[in-house]
Amino acid sequence: MTLRLFSHFIADANHLHYSHLMHIPDGFIDIPTASAFGLLAVAGTAVALKRAKSEVDDRTAPMAGLTAVFIFAVQMLNFPVAAGTSGHLLGGALAMVLVGPYAASLAVTVVLGVQALLFADGGLTALGLNVFNMSIIGVLASFLVFKGAVKILPKSKSAIPLAAGIAAFASVPISATAFTLQYAIGGIGTAPVSTVFTAMFTTHVLIGIGEAVITMLTVSAILASRSDLVYGWSKKEVTLEVRS
Amino acid sequence: MTQAKESLKKFYISFFLAAAALAGGVSFYASSSPDGLEKVAEDEGFLETAKDSAVSGSPLADYGVSGLDNERLSVGLAGLVGVLVTALIAIAIFNLVKKKS
Repeated sequence: MTLRLFSHFIADANHLHYSHLMHIPDGFIDIPTASAFGLLAVAGTAVALKRAKSEVDDRTAPMAGLTAVFIFAVQMLNFPVAAGTSGHLLGGALAMVLVGPYAASLAVTVVLGVQALLFADGGLTALGLNVFNMSIIGVLASFLVFKGAVKILPKSKSAIPLAAGIAAFASVPISATAFTLQYAIGGIGTAPVSTVFTAMFTTHVLIGIGEAVITMLTVSAILASRSDLVYGWSKKEVTLEVRS
Repeated sequence: MTQAKESLKKFYISFFLAAAALAGGVSFYASSSPDGLEKVAEDEGFLETAKDSAVSGSPLADYGVSGLDNERLSVGLAGLVGVLVTALIAIAIFNLVKKKS
């Protein structure tokens, strides 16, 4: 999202029907901090590239690729969450449940890369910040919450979308908090970190509800038609106790 | 081709077409309000610290095709290009990393 669009909105409030996304643009966070998170993003992606082999085979490679495609598409669909505020899917939880955490991280990173390079959505120097928040922290948080939810919920197939929804809900404010951490370290703005934390957290709790709904609907639909392609149901290492 | 493979292929084609319909058609109806981060940046007074991306001159910047005035076409076409490019890159990467059988 560029300044051009920001000013465009101020100039023309009637300019509706604009597909409207925003990842962290260049400038919000200083270059040293963005670079450090860039290194973390590279390291995390290298691990994911290595480990995704355990999740993806001939049969499921297209599923992982199409999960990235689906996330790209759904990220375009901003939904209203409060007066004058919208949210959009982050997708880490959905991808994690469908294809496994390492493949999910790669899928979200591909989406962020395409968005930053082709659509100027998310800055180039900020790409590492965005990858860290959504492909690494978002997916990791989703994985841990999903595992916990699966343990607690009834051991049935119908519990999987609910566990996915809980993971999706939690992952959004957690990713938003990762941004607040980056802002605390290298934010250019002068607003106090505590205020930014509160605003980011509360707004993203609301967005998390949308994330949960989209994730539950999608996981339910795919479970109903092809449960063998849903990692969170078919892979024993995640749902060991679920399958009898 | 076996029946199982045929059915898998059908599922993948449907999944792709669903994504294409969302990005190419439904995206036109997306909310145009600022998203969570942008709204917070605006409210907390650091929105103006944003700088234009080095690729802000991209013909697809901000999910529109530059020069195309019809918004439905512009956002829809941008969405379809995004879906295709994401598919090419993601499928290539997962074919490289997958466990070889």
